[in-house]
Amino acid sequence: MRAIGIILAGGSSSRMQDLSKRRAVCAMPVAGFYRSIDFALSNMTNSHIQTVAVFTQYNAGSLNTHLSSSKWWDFGRKQGGLYVFTPAVKASGNLWYRGTADAIAQNLDFLRSCHEPYVIITSGDCVYKMDYGKLLEYHIQKQADITVVCKDMPASIDTERFGTIRMNEESRIEEFEEKPVVSKSNTISCGIYVIRRRQLIELIERAEEEERYDFVRDILVRYKDMKRIYGYKIKEYWSNIASVEDYYRTNMDFLRPEIRHYFFREYPGIYTKVTDLPPAKYNVGVSVRNGLISSGCIINGTIEDSVIFKGAFIGNNCYIKNSIILNDVYIGDNSHIENCIVESHGTIQANSYYKEENGIKVVVENNERYVL
Amino acid sequence: MIKKEMIAMLLAGGQGSRLGVLTAKMAKPAVSFGGKYRIIDFPLSNCINSGVDTVGVLTQYRPLRLNSHIGIGIPWDLDRNFGGVTVLPPYEKSANSEWYTGTANAIYQNMEYMENYNPDYVLILSGDHIYKMDYETMLDFHKSSGADATIAVMPVPIEEASRFGIMITDENKRIVDFEEKPEHPRSNLASMGIYIFSWKVLKEALIKNKDQAGLDFGKHIIPYCKEKGQFLYAYEFDGYWKDVGTLTSYWEANMELIDIVPEFNLYEEYWKIYTASDVQPPQYLGPESAIERSIVGEGCEIDGKVYNSVIGPGVKIGKDTVVSHSIIMNQTEIGNGCNIEKAIIAEKVKIGNGVTLGAFEEKENETKPGIYCEGLCTIGERSVIPDNVKVGKNTMISGETTAEDYPSGVLDSGRTLDKAGD
Repeated sequence: MRAIGIILAGGSSSRMQDLSKRRAVCAMPVAGFYRSIDFALSNMTNSHIQTVAVFTQYNAGSLNTHLSSSKWWDFGRKQGGLYVFTPAVKASGNLWYRGTADAIAQNLDFLRSCHEPYVIITSGDCVYKMDYGKLLEYHIQKQADITVVCKDMPASIDTERFGTIRMNEESRIEEFEEKPVVSKSNTISCGIYVIRRRQLIELIERAEEEERYDFVRDILVRYKDMKRIYGYKIKEYWSNIASVEDYYRTNMDFLRPEIRHYFFREYPGIYTKVTDLPPAKYNVGVSVRNGLISSGCIINGTIEDSVIFKGAFIGNNCYIKNSIILNDVYIGDNSHIENCIVESHGTIQANSYYKEENGIKVVVENNERYVL
Repeated sequence: MIKKEMIAMLLAGGQGSRLGVLTAKMAKPAVSFGGKYRIIDFPLSNCINSGVDTVGVLTQYRPLRLNSHIGIGIPWDLDRNFGGVTVLPPYEKSANSEWYTGTANAIYQNMEYMENYNPDYVLILSGDHIYKMDYETMLDFHKSSGADATIAVMPVPIEEASRFGIMITDENKRIVDFEEKPEHPRSNLASMGIYIFSWKVLKEALIKNKDQAGLDFGKHIIPYCKEKGQFLYAYEFDGYWKDVGTLTSYWEANMELIDIVPEFNLYEEYWKIYTASDVQPPQYLGPESAIERSIVGEGCEIDGKVYNSVIGPGVKIGKDTVVSHSIIMNQTEIGNGCNIEKAIIAEKVKIGNGVTLGAFEEKENETKPGIYCEGLCTIGERSVIPDNVKVGKNTMISGETTAEDYPSGVLDSGRTLDKAGD
């Protein structure tokens, strides 16, 4: 492959409420057993990109644990590898990453030391499948300086979280608004870019001199009339998980057969760290209707329209509806949970009642656990 | 120089013919077990959990599935710079090329492999039991008792003792005598087929007996050591240990896993069983599904009803299908409106719609009554069963079958329908 990969995995998000207290958004569990960054990593490896850098900063520990071995995504080779870059003390000073462009700037040596001519940049908090090879072909064919992956969203979308784009008939980007309150367009940037490596180094060096630190605002928006920036529209599934509502909806999407088929059964697959959990176990008195259940779970109650992550225990006579139960949660007997996201490793005492009438409630319960 | 205190030699070459069609295309250690594992995962996981990181796996009968499962040992952390897992098939020599003719003969033929690691002790394992055991504690016992060879034994009910090799010990657990499948057992300590030898003792015994036809540990090496007056000790193991050598014991061992608190608990954190899984995603249970008392592997899509069953990874079960008391292995697909009772269905089988398995009165199987018995209906891997047929008990089906193979849509109890060939 003629490209290296960069995964921007730095951010926290206040829209994640309590869910990002403990971990980076890119380390959020998704669809029962993945973590969000697995999608970007798997796309990289499936597109034969061998050298991938992950820039991370906020709660980096969560991501570091997940990436403790790179073999699950088939990195860790003599040719290429997976590199995790966190901010470090340097001769030039010890600064946090002040923005996406700054994260790249602080690690320019990595970019300089590679020999591949192109760079694929993606964010680590999106759920999608993509062949970056095809994207790169498009980029070359358009003779673009930068290509931005974009997608038409329903008119109802809240554009305040995204960058919106307007293109001319040749797909060249004419307008790029970052996080507009009201937008003229409902085509949004997916946060996936292709750029020539030398070009990127040049632009980043310039931005750094001018003390500009954001890749979108200070490079894409600023240079959009000077450089040839093109849009690459996708129709396939793509979803950003960086708000509680979107996180909930994305997980619930996996209850739809076509989404499951697309991600779970169609080639190429999405890979994640292997956890060696036993099969899920269903005891007497269980009822599961429209539920996604992961390995290591022990189920004793009733589950409807919900996603249950790895290693969860659901007690007798429980009723779980329209909810997401994250990894290793213990739910005591006779509990009722409806329209909730239960934070991982939580312990819900027996006879608890959680029901959110409007929207989704994030439940964080760290009670003591008495189990075998 | 490489030095390993103890290395393991895992005998995985046997067919396990009493598992019938399940081992028609693969060696017994490669047979699926417990919803996601294969039998060999248990000794391999025991090795790494016990700190034994050098394992030679001796293969001979149909090794492909075993080879691809083991790979370079990544799932068990046995991909090592020094040591790790090595698959050891029989090989051609300048003179007298031969297959592995017996358990000890197989070990003898891999003398060079063992010598490379310069071990003090060699652990001999077989790849056909379900158990969790710390070989390190056994090694401690071996060292502290000053044994030349230690045999792991398990107390069994005295009335069943005549099915096993029985060890008779003194009060210090030293073996004074042994008998193979005795009619009137003098002890209830059954050999588990797990041995630790001090390397020098093993090497000497193997070389001395190398010309013995079908050189076997139980029949030749152990008696030889005893005659020489070497110290043989019995290491008593009292955990769960299950032989899954026959279809009925295989079925029973699987069914034991679905008890509320099973005797063999896979959910314990501290002694994990590792396996190579090609399917990772969660399982989905549809709006009309029902499930009770079952364990289900990754990536299954269940729209039917499942009771008292063990379902492997990637299995699809269609609407209005009822599966009970059955084992369904990896990536088998079952259509709609089927009724499946007490069946063992191997990997990648395709079953049409409206199929009944386990119907009619029980009759003795026509070809192998000792294997296909106790009402089980056994389907070999990659078989195809057409729509709307009824299959009886004690039956075996293998290969791509069509409606013509079932006169008036029926395969009576006790019938064998083998279209797979070799």
